[in-house]
This record gives sequence, structure tokens and C-alpha cells, in this order.
Amino acid sequence: MVERSPVPVVQMRGITKRFPGVLANNHVDLDLYAGEVLALLGENGAGKTTLMNILVGLYRPDAGEIAVRGQKVTIHSPRDASELGIGMVHQNFMLVPTMTVAQNVILGMRDLPFVPDMVGIERRIREFSDRYNLAVDPRAYIWQLSVGEQQRVEILKLIFRGADILILDEPTAVLTPQEAQDLGRMLEVMQAEGKSMVFITHKMGEVMAFSDRVCVLRQGHVVAIQRTTETNARELARLMVGREVLFRLEKQPARLGNVTLALQNVHAANDKGLPALRGVSLEVRQGEILGIAGVAGNGQHELAEVVTGLRPITAGQVVINDHDLTNCTPFEVIRSGVSHIPADRMSMGTVGDMAVADNIAMKGYRLPPLSHRGLLNRRRILDFARALIQVFQIATPSPRTHVKFLSGGNIQKTILAREIDACRGLLVAAYPSRGLDVGATEAVRRRLLEQRDAGSAVLLISEDLDELLTVADRIAVLYEGRVMGILPTAEAKVETVGLLMAGADENAAARQTAREAFD
Amino acid sequence: MTGIYALLTSILTITLRAGTSLIYATVGETYTERSGILNLGVEGMMLVGAVSGFATAYYSGSVVLGLVAAMMAGALLGAIHAFLTVTMRANQVVSGLSITLFGTGLASFLGERLGPASNNHNLVGLVGPRFSPIAVPALSNIPMIGALFRQDPLTYVLYLLVPLAWYYLYKTRNGLNLRAVGESPQTADAMGVDVIRTRYLYTILGGVLVGLGGAHLSLAYAPGWAENITGGRGWIVIALVIFAMWNPARAVLGAVLFGGINAVQFRLQAGGTTVASAYLNMLPYLATILVLVVMTWWEALSHRIGAPAALGLPYMREEK
Amino acid sequence: MKLILRKRETVSRRAGIMVPLVSFIVSLAFGAILLAASGANPFATYGAMIAGALGSGYGLSEVLVKSIPLILTGLGVALAFRMRFWNIGAEGQLTLGAVAAAGAALFWTQGLPGWTVLPLAILAGCVAGALWAGIPAILKAFLNVDETLTTLMLNYVAVLYSEHLYYVAWRAEGYNSGTERITELAWLPRFFGRAHTGIFYALVLAVVLWLLFRFSRWGFELKIIGANPTAARYLGINIARNIVLTLLISGAISGLAGAVEVLGLARRLQQGISVGYGYTAIIIAWMAQLDPLAVVFVAFLMATLLVGGDQIQMRMRLPASVGVVLQGMLLIPMLAGNLFKEYALRLERSDREPAAQEEVA
Repeated sequence: MVERSPVPVVQMRGITKRFPGVLANNHVDLDLYAGEVLALLGENGAGKTTLMNILVGLYRPDAGEIAVRGQKVTIHSPRDASELGIGMVHQNFMLVPTMTVAQNVILGMRDLPFVPDMVGIERRIREFSDRYNLAVDPRAYIWQLSVGEQQRVEILKLIFRGADILILDEPTAVLTPQEAQDLGRMLEVMQAEGKSMVFITHKMGEVMAFSDRVCVLRQGHVVAIQRTTETNARELARLMVGREVLFRLEKQPARLGNVTLALQNVHAANDKGLPALRGVSLEVRQGEILGIAGVAGNGQHELAEVVTGLRPITAGQVVINDHDLTNCTPFEVIRSGVSHIPADRMSMGTVGDMAVADNIAMKGYRLPPLSHRGLLNRRRILDFARALIQVFQIATPSPRTHVKFLSGGNIQKTILAREIDACRGLLVAAYPSRGLDVGATEAVRRRLLEQRDAGSAVLLISEDLDELLTVADRIAVLYEGRVMGILPTAEAKVETVGLLMAGADENAAARQTAREAFD
Repeated sequence: MTGIYALLTSILTITLRAGTSLIYATVGETYTERSGILNLGVEGMMLVGAVSGFATAYYSGSVVLGLVAAMMAGALLGAIHAFLTVTMRANQVVSGLSITLFGTGLASFLGERLGPASNNHNLVGLVGPRFSPIAVPALSNIPMIGALFRQDPLTYVLYLLVPLAWYYLYKTRNGLNLRAVGESPQTADAMGVDVIRTRYLYTILGGVLVGLGGAHLSLAYAPGWAENITGGRGWIVIALVIFAMWNPARAVLGAVLFGGINAVQFRLQAGGTTVASAYLNMLPYLATILVLVVMTWWEALSHRIGAPAALGLPYMREEK
Repeated sequence: MKLILRKRETVSRRAGIMVPLVSFIVSLAFGAILLAASGANPFATYGAMIAGALGSGYGLSEVLVKSIPLILTGLGVALAFRMRFWNIGAEGQLTLGAVAAAGAALFWTQGLPGWTVLPLAILAGCVAGALWAGIPAILKAFLNVDETLTTLMLNYVAVLYSEHLYYVAWRAEGYNSGTERITELAWLPRFFGRAHTGIFYALVLAVVLWLLFRFSRWGFELKIIGANPTAARYLGINIARNIVLTLLISGAISGLAGAVEVLGLARRLQQGISVGYGYTAIIIAWMAQLDPLAVVFVAFLMATLLVGGDQIQMRMRLPASVGVVLQGMLLIPMLAGNLFKEYALRLERSDREPAAQEEVA
């Protein structure tokens, strides 16, 4: 590692950033030194990406100051950041698929000649490529490249423009283990040249392998900054996840019935064609809630979609109520009595431009009494909606109000009302309390428990460990598309689950936790 | 033997003449669509270009002034379309169609009001200045190919314009930015390209070229003004852009194809057979649909060729 | 300080009414400028247009005549647009509907009882229009081919084919162009000048569609697909099937427009069948905000403009194209003004803050 110069190359002081309903960054102080690799660790919602978005000019902080190389600066836009030598590789790549690597690299650059010397540019790209171990053919089209190669293009873009402070947002989320190693080597080369890097992650293994220092964020503030050599995965997990007093709702003991949902060795790909589920097997019985834990991006979305017929399976089986529903249409799945509270309440779960009453009726409208021989009974729909609005306490000026005008919590209640009413056996809930305030969250959790007590099987996917520990009967941890372990909640410890979420396997996690008991 | 040569030569000549206005407009519309804006107002723009070009040339005595007027008229309509679709985020299909409607009506209106009192204020039937074919010495004497060099100046300009248009789009920095805006405005924006300015610029530029295409009809091809002088060419241009796969150089092929079909059919009619003409005329449109289907299917497999990915979609920075 | 557009928090009902109204006034103003610039008194001209179109029995009947195909194609287009399927092939669907109706009346119903000719001709028109819309629908539903361009291209094929028929294949002896007169058995009776009973088809269809949109499952699903296709899929709605079904109906309605034009008005297949109603229909549908009853009203308005334009040509020696120009001008302020239904203009401190919907992470 390069000897640290006394003045940090980036200093962030007192950064505060608020979004409606959320305090994303709460007086965050952060230093970055030249030639070091800093890991920003935290769960989803901890504030990591927000902080870096501020540094790179996409957001403006509500309070706080930034100094780069000792000079105070205000970063208005990504262009300003670029001029300061700061660049970010986002999780969603900004690349034009139908253009070549070289073209993407020079896109939008200021001081290019009118007719760019593509041959010369390609040569320079190859030089950078070789130097930093970022093998990619400058003449290849983006659509021809693997995701790992595309990421290299993103990094090359920054280097080409002279960035020496690089921020990488969850860089290994889209890489194979092999590619992740290559990335690591690239980081070393850059480090040797005096460049500084920040990478945002939730994966302990990466933190330990790549970083010099690690900064842990939780709920918007910094809980620890350590030299990586002076800490370990277990401690980081604990810091990341926190040891708050857990609020456990009164829960009846589970009264289990038959197996409602059985996944057997399910494989599925994500939207980019990469494997998202790699041999997932699990079961959910009547009367229980199986929680799926894990940081978002490890296959949870795909799991929900596979069960509800929204995503095809490449191998394995999905059996619901003893019917093989592998690769069935959403309609067939719905008809078998499966309800789905989707992760995306606005873009999937509701139609914002239609009334609350209509949205509530969107599952039941096919059957009497809401419709008869193809004609809707508007009055019955209204009555039906009013009843559910009351039961679920949805705050809306009128059943005819368009859903898009409701608050997040009430939109979620609308979805809950519809799905729970239509549920006949299996309820799949994906991040149901995400973005909701305390009251709405509690309401959601209560409803889930009610369903469970009434004998339904519930598959609950959540990134909120507290929620899972409160509500679920068993917890399965998903990491990189595999089930790392399934634990009964009563026996699950926060630290163990945290380790599983970060990629340790079940035995290793248990050993770590056991060791702790002796400390 | 000479009979065939003569036939082919005359087909080539007619094709080039007929194709010139198509090529101007197609190059213009290609640039507009490359920026992500679909402009269905081409027919109206061509008509307005034709009438304003002719009227200006008639009163000023100068064809060049007529051209300038046509280009400005096209630019104005292009600006209206850009304003509606880019700034006011209106539906591009509806906006383009209303420009067509407006332009068509306006052209008729002007055609019936701008004429001299002696002709009942009508422009129809007047004889005005025109571009006449100019034979390039020596080159025009080559058998068959010589037809390329017995064209009017506007066609000669095309010989330069088309390669330039191709070069600009594919080899320059500006062309790169333009293509990015049409493919992925979010990426272009993130990389510092001004999406709004780009869309305005190339929609207006497209309008200029489309207006020019219209002027060619009234100042060289027909010449003169008549109601419906475009005969639906504006719609053919839209088909041509797809057929050419948004490549200005390929536009020539398409224009030649359409123009050639016209010419062949003309010959056939003169020769007495008219049966096949309607079906021949349909071919380009059917071919375009085929091209679309194949392209979409291929694109689904390979992301290779295809319409600019963001064609027809408004771009808003804050909302994704 | 900067003028900024901020998304509104609630749909402004006031804007929903003010915008079309203000736009209408603005376009009348632009029209007035144009008229004044060409030496005509705007008020006199507008007055003459209205008087010409609505002030006489003849005018009124002509307005009805033009309304019929405009309402029908407007309905067909509005139906497709509700699903965000940009069907701009109404012109071709109308043309082939006319062709099929004429073909049925002239050639294909020989030997059948007289009372069947009219219904069969109408049916033929609807089927032809349906099939013509079905092709791009299938291409979109199953191959994801962009429908704007395919429907547009098919317009030309249809028009060219019809031209071939009435110039060549079906041309009647002794005529320069056009087919034989269609048998009276297939005529739609006229009841007021040239206005024919096709108007009742149009009005009934408008009401039926309005009812279906509000009260049928199909209308409900259409709305969902148009508003949020992702949600539609999640809810188990079969989008491909709906696209094809809806477009078949949309095409059938435009085909019906062509059929009644032939059977009620022209009573032969001839030039003048395709005069751009299919394109005007798009503007009508859009201005009517896809509501079937509003389509009737807007179509009537457009017809008035067209007939008024014709009238002042005769009375004031102004070009008939005034009506067409006004039509086009009508839309431009409306398109611009539409933005203000969703966004409000505000004077604010310029800032690069993104909207409050950013992901928090």
C-alpha cells in the first residue's frame, strides 16, 4: 500500500441528505486517502449509494461540505465531478448497446477533434486495457460483451477521462467469481499508481479481500471506520446489522398443515441473462411464514417471479398445492389461489391512473358477484371496495381517487386488501413494508400474521432482518441465488443470519457464532 | 441493342430525377429520427416547401431565393414539431400528423392566395423560374452512365450531400453524439450530451432538407405548382427511412427503388400494359414491412440493426 | 430564478377543461391572423363558415355526411389507442372496408336473396377492415414489431389496391374510373340531403363502446393494459390476445366506415373514397381523449370546419383549404397545452435537484 499523505484526497464533513420520509445521510464524515481502497459497507437503505451520488454530483447535500485535495468544492453535476477527477461506475451501466467500446468511451467528451481519430483512440484504450488488466476489445459492440466486460468499459470510460478517484457501486454484483478476482487485481494496479477507490458493497468477503479500510453505515450514519486488517467478518456483520432491541409481536405458535409450496432445485436467469437462482429448494407449509433473507440482488426478485409465473424456470420444479405449476402463466397461478404482493408497488402492483376501487377489484373482477357474463357490476365493486377500505383502513378521499395520489403506505394497503382477499392458500410478499412508516409497517406485519393464522402459507421476502425475525417462523437466507441455510427463527441469531447473508455457509456461520459465545 | 441501352438510360435518368426530392427528404428525416424524434409531418412539410419555393422564385425571379424560402419554411415547421414534442412532450405521432394536416392545408391555401391577380391569385398553371438540367461536358457523353451527368444542379448537390451525410453521421464526433441520443438518451445525457438541443437541431435540420425536397418538385421536377404536387411522397419518405435502416447512404438505394419503380411503370404504361402497375407500386411498402419484421426479429436476437432505440419516446431527465 | 415545470400533485380538473378551451381560442386567433394576412375579415369569415355549415339545411346535411366516417374511424382509432396501440392504419382499413362492401354488393352476392345483400356488404366491409388491422396486431403481439410503421405502410397498400380496382379491374364500361353503380338493394337510405342512415350506426356504436368501456370486463382490461402493461401481466391479463382482439374490432369499425361511405354516399367504388379521414380520425380520437361520446362531438366539430371551409369558398371566394388549415392549427395549441394538465409552470430557484422519486440506498 502506498504511504498515506497526511491530507486526504477527499474529505466529506457533516453530509446530510433528506428524501421525503427518509433521512438518507445523517451528518456523515468520511475521508479518503490517496492510493487506498475504501469499502463502504451497509445494508440496503443504509445510505451508501446516496453518499457517493453526492460526491459524484448527482445529488446536492442538504448540509455539509466536501473538500477535494484540500480545496473546498461544490459539485453541481457529474461534469464537475469529472473535472475533479472523480468518477463513478453505477450498478446500471450507462452504455449504448449498438455502439462500440471505443465509441462509448469517447461519447460526450469535450476536447475531441471533429473527426475523432478512432484508430488512435482504440490504441490508447488498449494501452489502458493492458495496464489495468481490463481486457476488452475496443472495436467490439457493447451488445456482444458479457456483463463483466461491460463493467470494464465503464471503468475505462473513467480512466480515459483522467479520473483518479473511482467509486464502484456493488461492482461484483454482476460478476462471476473469476471476474471478481480480475477486478481485484485491477484495483491493485490502480492503487499502485496512486489512485483512490471507494467501493460500495454488502459482501463481507470482498471487504476483507480488497479493501484497506472499511466504513460501515447503518441507517444513514457512520457506525465504524476501521482498517480492514484490524477487524473481521463477524464484527463487520454485527456492525452492519446492528443489535437493536428487537420488537417481537405477539405470535401464536405455528399450526402447520400440508406443504403448499415446494420448490425443487429451481434454476432461473435474471433480465440480463445471468443465473439468478441456482438450485433453490424450499418448502412452505400451511400456517407458517417462511422468510427469505438476504441483501437485495441475490435472487429474491426472481424467486418471487418464478413462484408467481412471471419468470420462466430453466430447470427444476414449482409445485403448489400438489399441482405442478412450473412455467405456468400468471393467470394460471392466480387461478390456483396464489396471491402476490409485488416488490414494485407502483409499476407492477397497482395502476396509478385508475381508482382505488378499481385496483382493489383487479383480481376479483373476473368472477361473480363483481362481474356477471362479462359485464362488471359497478355498484358491487364499489361496495366491495368500500368494505375493504374500511377493514384495511386505507386512507383515501374516496374510492374513486386515483391510486397514484395515495401515500406509499396506503398504496400498499390497497394491494394488501386485494391480494389478501383473493388469497386461497399461498401468499407471496416481496418487500411489503419497504418505504413505509412505522404505523403502516406494523399494519402490514399484522396482516401477514393473520393470514398465517388463518392457515395460509406465506413466503415473505424482506431485506429487513428485524421484520423477518419478528414475523417469520423460519428464515431461509439467499445469497447469489443459493439457499445458504434455513433456520427456525426462534434459534436464529442476528449475527448468524448476517453472516449467511454475506456469503458464509451455514456451518461456518454457526461456528463463528459459537466461537463468539466463548469470547 | 441500342434499344435496350436507350431504355435503360432513360430509366436511369427518370429514376434520378424522380428520386432527388425523395433523397433530400429521406436524408432529412433520417437525421430527425436518429435523434429519437418521429416526424410524420413530412408530407405537409414538402408541400409547404414546394409552394413557398415556387412562389418566392416566381416573384423574385431567382430559383436560389426560392430554395432558401423552401428551406426556411421547412425549418419553421420542423421547429414547431420540435417544440411540441421535445419541450411540450406531446405525442409525436399526433404532432406529426397535425403538422401534415396543417402543412397540407396551408400549402393549398397559399397556392390559392399567393398568385398574381391575373391568375385569380392562384399559383397553379404559372410558369416560373426553374432548375434546368445541366450536362457535364465529356462525362455526360458516356453511354448509360452519362445519364448521371445530365441532371439538374439539385441532383448534383446530392452527389456530395449523401456521402457527406453518411460521413457526418458515422465518422464525426457530432454524429456519434447524435446516434447516442437516439439510442439511449439517458446515457447520452449522463455523458454530457445535450439531448434537448440535439433533438431540436436535427428536427429543424430535417425540416430544412424536407423543404428542399419539396422545392425540387416545384422548381425542377414538375415544375410549377399544383395541388397535391407531392402525390404522397412524404409518406414514401417515412417508409424509405426504415427501408434504408436509418442510414443516409442506403437512402439512395431506396429512393432509386421507389423512383425506379415509378419510372418502369411509366414505361410500361406507355407501352400499353397497366395491369401490374398497382402491384408494383405496392412493393416498396410491403418490402418495408418485411424489413421491419426482419429487423425487429434480428434485433431481438442480436441488438444489431434497428430503429434508434429511443425513437418516438419523449425524454425526461427526472422521471425514468 | 427560472421557469420550471413541476409535476402536479393532483390531476387538475380545471386544467382538463381550460386547456382545450384556451387552445381552441388560441387557434382561432392564429387563424384570424392568417385570414387577415390574406385580406379577409376574420370575423366575417368565421361567421360565414358557421352559417354555411350549420345555418342551412344543405350545410347541416353535409356536416352530417362528413361526420359519419369521421365518427366511425374516430371510434376505431380511439379504441386501439386506449391500449396504447398506435393504429394509424384507419385510412387503409376504411379503404378496404369500402372495397369489400362494394365487392360484396357488386359481385359476391349474385344469386342470393335480395334482402341479404345489404347486411352481407356491411359484414364484408367490417371483416376486411378487421383483417387489415389484424395483421399489424399479430406482428406486434407476437413479434413485437412496431405498430406505428406497419399500420402506416399498410395504408398505402390498401389505397393502391383500391385504385387498381376502380381504375382497372373493376372499372365499369364506359367510365374513366369507378365501378358500376351498386344495386339499390345495398343502398343505405338517405334521410336528409345526402346524409344517410350510416349515422345511426355511428351513434349507436359510440354509445355501445362507451358502455363497454365503463361496464364490461373487456373495457376494464383494456384500460389496465393501456395504463400499465406490467401490472396487466402481473394480474394475469393476456396481453397478446387482447391486442389482437381489440385491433380486430378497431379495424372492423373503420371498415364499417368505408362500407357505409360506399353504400350510403357514393354508391359505387370510385376515387374519393380515401380522402384522409383515417388520419383526421387520429386527431379526433386524441382531441376527444379517447372517449367515445366525445369522439362524436369532436368529429362533428371537424366536419363543421370542413364543410364551413367548402362553403366560404363559394361565398367569399376564399380557398376551401381554410377549413383544413384551421383543423391543423386547432391541434397545435392543444398539443402544446396538454402538457399543463400534468405539469404546472412555476418560478423557482434553479437547482439541479432530481425529483423526489429517487431510489434511496
